[in-house]
Amino acid sequence: MSSDDVNNGRRRFLVATTSVVGAVGVGLAAVPFIQSWNPSAKAKAVGAPVEVNISKLKEGQLLKVQWRGQTIGVLNRSKAMVDDLSKVDDKLVDPESLNAIQPAYITGEPRALNPEYLVINMHCTHLGCIPTLVPEVGPQPFDAEWNGGFYCPCHKSKFDLSGRVYKGVPAPTNLTIPPYSFAGDHTVMIGVNPEGAA
Amino acid sequence: MAKSPNSFARRSSQAMNWLNDRLPVTAFWNNVMTGYYAPKNFNFWYYMGSLALLILVMQIFTGIFLTMHYKPSAAEAFASVEYIMRDVNWGWLIRYMHSTGASFFFIVIYLHMFRSLLYGSHQKPRELLWVFGMFIYVALMAEAFLGYVLPWGQMSYWGAQVIINLFGAIPMIGDPLTEWIRGDFFISDATLNKFFALHVIAVPLAILGLVLLHLVALRENGSNNPDGIEIKANKGADGLPLDGIPFHPYYTVKDIFGVGVFLILFSFVLFLWPEGGGVFLEADNFVPADAMVTPAHIKPVWYFTPFYAILKAVPDKLMGVVMMGASVGILFFLPWLDRSPVRSIRYRGMWYKVLLAVFTIAFVRLGMLGMAAGTPAETWEMRVWTLVYFMFFVLLFFLSPGGKTKPLPDRVTH
Repeated sequence: MSSDDVNNGRRRFLVATTSVVGAVGVGLAAVPFIQSWNPSAKAKAVGAPVEVNISKLKEGQLLKVQWRGQTIGVLNRSKAMVDDLSKVDDKLVDPESLNAIQPAYITGEPRALNPEYLVINMHCTHLGCIPTLVPEVGPQPFDAEWNGGFYCPCHKSKFDLSGRVYKGVPAPTNLTIPPYSFAGDHTVMIGVNPEGAA
Repeated sequence: MAKSPNSFARRSSQAMNWLNDRLPVTAFWNNVMTGYYAPKNFNFWYYMGSLALLILVMQIFTGIFLTMHYKPSAAEAFASVEYIMRDVNWGWLIRYMHSTGASFFFIVIYLHMFRSLLYGSHQKPRELLWVFGMFIYVALMAEAFLGYVLPWGQMSYWGAQVIINLFGAIPMIGDPLTEWIRGDFFISDATLNKFFALHVIAVPLAILGLVLLHLVALRENGSNNPDGIEIKANKGADGLPLDGIPFHPYYTVKDIFGVGVFLILFSFVLFLWPEGGGVFLEADNFVPADAMVTPAHIKPVWYFTPFYAILKAVPDKLMGVVMMGASVGILFFLPWLDRSPVRSIRYRGMWYKVLLAVFTIAFVRLGMLGMAAGTPAETWEMRVWTLVYFMFFVLLFFLSPGGKTKPLPDRVTH
């Protein structure tokens, strides 16, 4: 075959179309492998609500439970703790929790259905560590004017006793509040919205 | 009848010919060993490449033996590592060789990279050699992180939590991306099993491929040398560089001596100080992973701490991650940031010596601060050194083209 017989236009077209079809094929074949990294059906199924009995939770005590692999804290706040929340408002990024991830039925400074009990996702909104509860009011190594709250050992983020984030720390937003409701006075249902709430 | 003394030689040469007609063994050996002329003025810094190769082989070898006893499941991983340490015959030695080897790998790699800053080995025409090296370095960091998760101790777990959540800072795709990496809604068995697969096969294969590219790129232009001048510019009548000596036997013998000294030092740490005082293996990692309790003082292993300090120094989640990524990423561009007409620090002006010294102090200091608890004073110090770290590259870019230099010699010096 002499080179005169070569139809270059047709050759280019065939190479281009074959390449495109091949690339699409490789792309589609990659989907199952990429998808296999996502949470499996089994992992998705493990998401049932958790029932927490708080009848023995004393004032100032924090109870930690696991819900969907997250550590959820239930903190029994004293009246003084709740009353003092507004003291630190000017040091906070978002005192009204307008940008916080929380159910619509959670509002205001106490961020709780019952101000006495703070139900909160304990994972720091920075990189997911669990902040330590430091309830004492007074000077701390990390803050000379500490009003009580949560302190993250990983990257020094500070939150007040409503899980609201302080200014000048790495965590971008307030700690998140999971959906929850009360079933009677002493039982918290984590993962269940109150009746009538979305 | 006695065999003639030549018959063995003749037969083996026939065998070699048979082989060479089918596989170019002799040609390859000549090309990369006896026919590869390397500059004759190598010094201490030129041990690091061969030592890195030695450690790579050692990590693969010990790693294979560890997989024979390790169980990659959240329920069994921690206990299986303790089983290796206590019950498997010589298991403690194999495990400590692997874990201490990881830290030595980074010591050698950091010295290897520093050599380039000293003698300008990243400059034209060795830009790709440097870039492949950087890819190896990043792959090695991934490999080390994945490996640190496998014992499933407290530091494994919370280290994974923090590092994976770094990806969550990416706008829009952050959350689905972290879920995709974890394979679950939290760090779990799925994550561990996946990391095991990546650590023992996927990343090592990538590293081996990159090392091959690194070596091929090295062979193409040959090594740089402490004077930073091209030995190929001065060739003898035979066409060979006057300042070059065959890699084999000269540098193979030199490297074997280096291996000997290295193994003495390595054994000293391996047998007497395998945890490096909590720097190579942290105390918290001897506690099984607990999803409910974050250790009081969480920090990565020492070789990540300079970059971790940069993350901690920035009081914003996304910017912190961006700055940390940039601190590694900017190194890829070093060959194009350094525009100096001379390569070696020997012939650069005082400005470069000061700049490099300050940069080195910044890197070491960031590494130390990255491990520290983080008082407000330390945070401010980290911010200063972070600025210094980045300023090195900025100043290098602007000062290097016009910076004062000394005249280059025609031939390498002794």
